[in-house]
Order: sequence, then C-alpha cells, then structure tokens
Amino acid sequence: MGTAKFWAVSFVVAAAVLVLTRGLIGNEYFFFAGYVVLQYIVLSTAWNILGGYTGYTNFGVGAFFAVGAYSSVVLHKLSSLPVPVMILVAGLTSGILGFGMGYLTLRLKGVFFAIATLALAIVAQTLIVNWDFVGGSRGIYVIRPQQAPLYGSYVQYLYSLMLILAWVSVAIARTIERSRLGLGLNAIRDDEAAAEAGGVPTLRLKLISTTLSGALMGMSGAPLPYYVTYLDPASSFNLSYAVNSVAMPLIGGMTSWVGPIIGAVLLGTIQQLATVTISSALNLLIVGVLLILFVVIAPNGIVGLVQARRRARLR
Amino acid sequence: MFSLDLAVNAVVAGLLLGGFYAAVTIGVTISFGMLDIVNIAHPAFIMLGSFVAYIVNSNFGVDPILIGAVMAPVFFLVGMAAYQIYFYAFEQRGEESIQGLAFFFGLLFVGEVALILAFGVDYRFVEAPYIGPSLHYGFVDLPLRMLIPCIVSLVMLGLLQVFLGRTFIGRAILAVSQDRLALQLMAANPSRIKRIAFGISIATASVAGALLIIIQPVEPSIGRDYIGRIFAICVLGGMTSFPGMLAGAMLIGIVESITATFYGPSWAPAVAFGFLLLTLAVRPAGILGR
Amino acid sequence: MPPLLEVSGLGKRFGGFVALEGIDLSVDTGERLGLIGPNGSGKSTLVNCLSGALHHDSGNITFDGRAIDGLPAYQRTRLGLARSFQLPKPFRSLSLVDNLRIPLLYTVNARPGARLSDGAISERCLALLDDVGLADKAGRLPRDLTQVEMRKLELARAVASAPRLLFADETMAGLSPSEVEEILVVLVRLNEQGITIVLIEHIMRAVMSFSTRLVVLVAGQKIADGAPQEAIRNPEVERAYLGE
Repeated sequence: MGTAKFWAVSFVVAAAVLVLTRGLIGNEYFFFAGYVVLQYIVLSTAWNILGGYTGYTNFGVGAFFAVGAYSSVVLHKLSSLPVPVMILVAGLTSGILGFGMGYLTLRLKGVFFAIATLALAIVAQTLIVNWDFVGGSRGIYVIRPQQAPLYGSYVQYLYSLMLILAWVSVAIARTIERSRLGLGLNAIRDDEAAAEAGGVPTLRLKLISTTLSGALMGMSGAPLPYYVTYLDPASSFNLSYAVNSVAMPLIGGMTSWVGPIIGAVLLGTIQQLATVTISSALNLLIVGVLLILFVVIAPNGIVGLVQARRRARLR
Repeated sequence: MFSLDLAVNAVVAGLLLGGFYAAVTIGVTISFGMLDIVNIAHPAFIMLGSFVAYIVNSNFGVDPILIGAVMAPVFFLVGMAAYQIYFYAFEQRGEESIQGLAFFFGLLFVGEVALILAFGVDYRFVEAPYIGPSLHYGFVDLPLRMLIPCIVSLVMLGLLQVFLGRTFIGRAILAVSQDRLALQLMAANPSRIKRIAFGISIATASVAGALLIIIQPVEPSIGRDYIGRIFAICVLGGMTSFPGMLAGAMLIGIVESITATFYGPSWAPAVAFGFLLLTLAVRPAGILGR
Repeated sequence: MPPLLEVSGLGKRFGGFVALEGIDLSVDTGERLGLIGPNGSGKSTLVNCLSGALHHDSGNITFDGRAIDGLPAYQRTRLGLARSFQLPKPFRSLSLVDNLRIPLLYTVNARPGARLSDGAISERCLALLDDVGLADKAGRLPRDLTQVEMRKLELARAVASAPRLLFADETMAGLSPSEVEEILVVLVRLNEQGITIVLIEHIMRAVMSFSTRLVVLVAGQKIADGAPQEAIRNPEVERAYLGE
C-alpha cells in the first residue's frame, strides 16, 4: 500500500474508532483508560523510531515526556492557549531537546548512549525539581477547563486529541519505514560504519531520528497536566515510562509500525486492568517480567513470531 | 556560607564516600569493563544485598558486614545463573545489543518493583555499634558509619586485585577480557571463565549492599541513582583499571559531597550524571585511559 | 595527467603508538596498486584514514584534485572513493538487494546529475549481484551466505557506489585458491571497466599477478614503492617478511 493511501486508510480507521467510541460508549472510565493506552501507542511508536529502526536505545523517555507536560504547564500559567497548540509547542521543545541530546550523545555507542540518555533524564528532572515556577518537587495543580470544545466531557476531548496524535505518529512511522530515510536508519542500525562507507550521512539521519522521536514523545506528554490535574516531577519523570516504551515495541516487534501498537494495546490494557484489580506496583512487575521473558524467548516480538511462523509454513 | 571546616569536612566525607562508591562500582568494572556485559541491573543486586542485610540484622542482630560477606557466595551462585540465562539468550545468538540492554533494564526494574512489593517504600536501616559515633581530629569529623565501609571497600578491592593478578582463574579472567580469540585458540572455554567472573561481580554486590545500608537508610528506588554513578565512575576510571576506578570514585564522591554541602542535597544526583556526560563527550576513554 | 589520489606526509597515532608515519603515496587513474606488509604494519589504518573512517593526525590527502582531509566518510564515498571491509560488514537484516540499494540510494543518487528511479535502482542491484554470481540469492539475507559469498557481497556493495577508486581490503583472506581466483577475476574486470583499484592483501601470488605497482608498508612506514618484482627484491622488504 502506498504511503498516501496508508494515510487515507488509517485516517478513516482512526475517525471510525473516534466516532464509534464516543458515540456508543457511555462509561467515562473507558476514556480515562483509553487515553493512557493511546498515549502509550504514541510513546512506543516514537521510541521505536530511534530504537527499533535506528538501533539506539533511549532510556531517557521520561525526560521528553515530562518536558512536554511541563511546557504545557508553563503555557497554562502564562496564557490560555488551547490544548492542540500546547501539543505543537511541546513537540517543538521536546524536539529541540531531542536534537540537543542527539548532538551530545550520538558519537557514543550502545550502552554508553543508553546511559547518557538516562543521565540526561536525571539532569532534566533535577532542573525541574529546582524550578519553583512550575512547582518544583511539590508539584503543581492544574485546573481542567469546565467546558470541553464541542461536546462531551473534558477527558473525552483529551482522548480524542490523543487518538489523533496516535494516528499521526503511526502514519509517520510507516512513512519512514517505507522511505529512503527508513532504509538508511536500518543500515545504521545494522552496521553504522558500513552505512557511512556506503554514503549514508549517519550523523544527520541519527539527528533526524532523535529529534522526531523526542518531539513525538513530548507531544504525548503535553495533555498530561489536564488529565492528571496534579503534576509532579517524580511521577512525570517516572522510570516506568521508559520501561513501558522499551517493553511495548520489544514485545510487539521492533521492526515494523505494527509492533508498538500491539505492544501498547496489550500491555497498556493489562496494566489498566491490573491497576484497578490488583495493585499498581504489581502491574509494573508484570511489565518487567514480560519484558524479560520476551527478550529472552522471543526477541523479535509478536510480529517476529508471526513472521517466523509464516516463513516456516512456506518451507 | 563558605567556611573552611565545612569545606574540609565535605572533602573528607567525599573521600570516604568515594571509597564506598568503589565497592559499588567494582562489580560493573568486572562485568562491563572486562567482560563487555552491559549489566545495568547491578544496582538491583546491590539493593538486594542491602535488604538481605536488613532482614538478617533486624531479626537476628548480626553485623551487616558479616552478613554481606557470608551471603557473597550465594550472590556468586545467583550471578552465575544470571550469566547462564544471558549467555543462552544473547551471546550464543550473536550481537543483539538492544535486546541485551533491554534484558538488564528489565531486570533492574523487576528487582526494584519486587523489593517494593516485599518491603514497601519505607526507609529501612540496620543497627550496629559503629553507626552513630564519630572520630574527631580537630574540626574534622570521621563518622564511623562512613569510615568502616570505606575501609571494607578498600580491603575488598585489594583482595580482588590480588585474586586477578595472582591466581590462575584470576589471570584467566584478565586474559578473557583482553583477548577472547586468543583464549579460544588456547582451547580454554571463555564462557566458563566469564560465568565465574560474572558471579564474582554479583558477589561484590552483596558486600556493597551491606555497606550501603550502613551508610544510609535505604528504600527500593535508591538503586536508580546508582546507575549513573556506577557508569560514570567506570568510564572516568578507564573501564578496566582498578586504581583508575578508585580515583574516579573519589572524585565523584568529593564533588557530590561538596555540592550537597553548599548547594543542597537535591542537586547531588545530577552531579554524577553530569560528570558522566562531560566525560563521554570529552574523553570517552576515561581518565587513566584504556 | 595528475594522480587520482595524492597522499603526503600522512601520520596517525593511537595514544603513544605510532601506527602511520610520513606516508607519501600517489595513485594514478586506472592503476592496479598492490599494498602489502606484515601484520600490524598499518595497512588497514591507512585505508581507514583515507576512506574517512579514522581522522588522520598529520599530512594531506587530495582526491581528484580536491583536498578531502576534513570530509566525513560518506562524503568521500560520494566523491568516488570507496572501500570494502576486511571482515565483511553486511546489513544483516536487509536482503542482498537492499544491501546494494543503500549505496545506490545514498551515493549514486546523491551525486549531481540524473537520479535513478526506483525501478532503475532495483535493476542495477540485480545486475551488480549477477556480476558477482549472487543473483539467485537476491532476496535472501546475508546470514544465508557462505564466506566467499559474503566477500563478494562486500565487494559488490563497494562497487555499487560507482567509485573511481576502490580499496579492496583483504578480500581474499582465508579463501581457497579457486575462490581467490574468482575474486581476482571480478577485480580485474572492475579495473577494465575503469575503476582504479588498490588491493590490500597477504596472498602474495594474488598480489603479484594483479598489481601493476607494489607498495610495501612496514611498522607504519612505506619502505618500497615500484614495480612488483623490484619491490619484492628490496632487502628491507625481505627482512621484514623473513626476519633478520
């Protein structure tokens, strides 16, 4: 399926989901949970652009996510811009952060890059903790507007925005996958020196990857203040965002745009159910254990398992 | 605000802290510096060591350092088992660096969450006669709860240095770290040696954990602060060199201590990470070179 | 005609270790240059410095009349300076066709002039694979290849970038005599098509029969440079290979 056609088809699918869910489902909790699952679709798709496609493991997901959330906080305190604009601004700030991080760390390989991303996240968190304007370590309260644009509850509005963002990020991921850029990123992942020798401008492509990935992650965090109404560094920089962003693409499959969606829906739903029925600490344990199990037994994820079965049947 | 005895005490505390940081890092110097295994889950094993020390100490009153030493063989076995899984999943199948990283990351996370489920998020501490009193030399304070772990750490370092340099297995480990191919050609099985080395690296976590809970009360999420510290020290020290690692540990200890004293403890975690970023940007081979 | 590649005073150190010192070298268009030397003499370091994989510490490199000293590797490839790797470094998750597609997309299509369409690129990938006898494995992954086939893929990938000058770095190491012959045939054909080739090799028979000129490197210095038979008879070369 060509790229333009994919954008059109996926738009139709997303629009259908939006109309059906908002029209038919009355339970408000669905939209609370759905927001989180959609948010994870964006996060894992974004992570996978740098991780699965380019081969660079980013543990500093929390930094980009939180920077997106906090840029919304700043805008909220200084103005009354609508949330979609805040999302775009968050994309800008996180994109710049992604570019900066890439510039500083992309000469590093493997684990050094990963640790450096973690380091950046801690540094960013420390800066926010010490910034009183956004509440510092005490956190900040954000009041949800009374009226949602159009109709319905405010959470339904946030859910709708996140659905659109999920559609956009998935379409972007697939566009990259089928393009010259995607092939170049794969070459970098498989063998960076050989890619460079083959004419691939590795630094430039890596920077594009970190900037885009960071921007999308930041955008997924932009509506968060209105969703949680109380934002603090400890929760917004939480390492669980990193674990989820690694686990979901890995479990779903890192080589294609489908994998992060599978992983996000699967793990996101499990976690939402577990949080309600068991405890939130236990649900994090489940994610961690699943990550370890999959990485040992099925390192190419669910997509990988399906592909292997298909190949076996062909023989 | 700046006073001489405050500064001197900060430096002294930093040196003692640095000595302890060496105990925390030595395991990763072995697993990552020498064996090329990206064990970022090392802090999880250290936290396990702390909590084991807590359980035995609070129930039976045994000295924590003794617990750490006695439990070291158990941690050694756990380390060997972990290496087996790692070997089966990754080294046999060839280089898959993201999966290897994800594996240890998952381990780190599961370790922390498991501890939270078992012990909750409250701070835990141990009781020992040397937690509390300090030695005084003029205006310099030497809290015993920092001095003793520092000494134990240096002893452990010395013992490992001797082991690596003088015993057969120790030298085999050094050989593996330097030239995997040569060892294979000599028909020694590198994975058996690496398993032992990895076991040793985890055994050090048992002692390091015991030392940690002597220095400060612990709760499960403290492990995260140590990822950056450990790798910062490892890189600063040039990856494989023990003396370099010790120097790096002292440096970071001193800078953290001064930062915490004069700017407040909330900036301390950023110090090690900031150092790491600087070192990686400027001199990826570390202070004393590789 | 000026030389295609002009190197003067090239030096490279790693910490305290001097890998290359004062290397002067010139390669004319169409030449078949052999580069030999004992292990550790700096041959691969030289290739890495010239191709841009490493930064040289001193000296100048001019390619096609243009100073390329500060250029990153990918730009040197685009200018026409290609290299194959001693240990084959294929793109493991890509098919053979896609392995060749990379240099076509990122080098050939990046040069000023007509861009190849997707169809033309695919055709050329298959043609290149056919040239090295790998056309029937076009859709397979590198892990399905034998050692010799991997070497050929490595060569094909370097050739795909349509270079003016190709460094073939120990392409034949560990191959059987007939396999060495296969690779030599490919290299000669490439040279006849207009590609200047620098062959870095240990296999003396291959180097002697292939080269029109021989350069010998020992301990980071060039000790001989001339017609193959004469360079070999140089007493320093004999000493380096046979010992004192």
